[in-house]
Amino acid sequence: MKRLLLALSLTLSAAALAPVPVRAGATDSDEERAARWTEIKKTIFGDRAVEVNDAAVKIDAPVRALDASLVPIGLTLADKDNVKGLYFIIDDNPSPYAAHFTFGPAADPGEIKMRVRVNNYTNVHAVVETKDGKLVETAKFVKASGGCSAPMGMSDEEAMKGMGDMRMKFSDGQGGKPVEATLMVRHPNFSGMQMNQVTRDYTPARYVDKLDVTHGDQLVFHLDGDISIASNPVIHFGIKPDGKGPVTVAATDNQGGRWEHKFELPSASN
Amino acid sequence: MAAWASQGGVGRAGAIPASAATRRQALFGGLCLCCLPRLGRAAESFALDEVAPGIFLRRGPDAEASPDNNDAIANIGFIVGRDGVLVTESGGSLADGQWLRAEIGKRTDKPIKYVMLTHVHPDHVFGAAAFQGDNPIFVGHGNLRGALDARGEFYRRRLVEILGEGRAGSVVYPTMDVKESAEIDLGDRTLRLTAHGTAHTNCDLSMLDTGSGLLFPADLLFVGRIPSLDGSLLGWLNEIERLKAMGATDAVPGHGPTRVKLAPALADLARYLTTLRDETRAAVAESRPIETAVTTVAQGEKDKWALFDTYNGRNVTQAYQELEWE
Repeated sequence: MKRLLLALSLTLSAAALAPVPVRAGATDSDEERAARWTEIKKTIFGDRAVEVNDAAVKIDAPVRALDASLVPIGLTLADKDNVKGLYFIIDDNPSPYAAHFTFGPAADPGEIKMRVRVNNYTNVHAVVETKDGKLVETAKFVKASGGCSAPMGMSDEEAMKGMGDMRMKFSDGQGGKPVEATLMVRHPNFSGMQMNQVTRDYTPARYVDKLDVTHGDQLVFHLDGDISIASNPVIHFGIKPDGKGPVTVAATDNQGGRWEHKFELPSASN
Repeated sequence: MAAWASQGGVGRAGAIPASAATRRQALFGGLCLCCLPRLGRAAESFALDEVAPGIFLRRGPDAEASPDNNDAIANIGFIVGRDGVLVTESGGSLADGQWLRAEIGKRTDKPIKYVMLTHVHPDHVFGAAAFQGDNPIFVGHGNLRGALDARGEFYRRRLVEILGEGRAGSVVYPTMDVKESAEIDLGDRTLRLTAHGTAHTNCDLSMLDTGSGLLFPADLLFVGRIPSLDGSLLGWLNEIERLKAMGATDAVPGHGPTRVKLAPALADLARYLTTLRDETRAAVAESRPIETAVTTVAQGEKDKWALFDTYNGRNVTQAYQELEWE
């Protein structure tokens, strides 16, 4: 468990972990999985109680992933008006704590979609933090392996091309419905576990660690990200329809990169 | 074609409009077929087809790497020239390469002068270690070295998990880099090599045997087995046009029958890739997410390819990532 605890920090360099990948996986018993989740919970949430409620979040994930380095995840929140934050954890990844969304007043947190890496047969957990500070967890089992260490392209240079470019697509959001937005960010999100055989070095971890989306002067969400988010991150989310001004995305990575882009919402006048 | 029966390729090969090539294989392959009972082959070993005079090919079955097949799933073989031997593909593991090395030894004493490393995928490069004792020139695309840097060790570890350390093999680097094109002279025949733009992978190398007129597109051509996309979908469609312009009528695909008519085989490949492109573009345009696209795109191709369910979803995932930024 010591290794797991080391691996939990969102900010820890993954390169330090790479030579000793966590060898948990397909053969673990339910008891071993439960013990691991208990450890992870303690590390992230301390002594706070986490209530189990399978109806709190509907987790859409392929039971068996086609591509372990790009596993689409959909999270549908049952009680979206009472949500402050959302944690997503991939228990058996080298760095399990994949993402933490903190929602602002301009968010419609009914549905979040993203693409992640999955390194092993694993439980994934979505934990909702309600506005009154309660934590509620939902789990799902996903079969995939090698997603974190899989070489992503055939050269690092190619993977870095256009780093920081962004695109955003919006649905119409007519009739007072939330505007559905899909944000695309060009970034390799190097996990730190992709090895260069000649130098015997690992391409250093370089990933989007913070991302803020605002609508006008109101926060939609703040995201703390980690190496488990797939390269070229794509995040699908909802914006309340009554806001004003452009949608601004500001992202940083753990090596000092910083990018900001503004997008105009489709006209809501009609 | 009885030799194919155990490999499950008969129906599919027959369905492809390449019946002339099929007859030709039966003719050239006749020698191997009649040798079969005498040699008493083990179930997992293969026959070699003499697809043209002095050109011997082993068909890889439409399967994934497994402990039972030594990752011997690609079409591998060799060309015997006046001055020596060129290995067209090394094999999928050390064990597969050793099998090929032994087969060469049964047919000729000439030195093995060249081993082609047609691209970075494990079923094409891990046999190379079996030829190191011959000290040949290992020939690869100019990008192969970098691709092996990025992936070689990862592939090797995966292969070791499947086959064990003894059978897997090691990563062998090219000693001759082809940047655009090159020629190799085996004395009585010249082989023309072309380094392609990013297509199936970023390091695809094709070869034209000017003696027989046979084209060796390696995995730029899949026949019967669903193509796997690991480079660029749009790039692959471009390189298909280039292959068409090379003047060959027959080809040895990377997977599928050992000799086919080039034009209809490329047409089948282009049809799949074009369908993949058009339906993925439509999914992106309609904001249909990737998890829906993988189950809906190119489903009309399902009955036309072996291993469709294993690879199509991955191909859609690759295509989607390429096309969503258009």
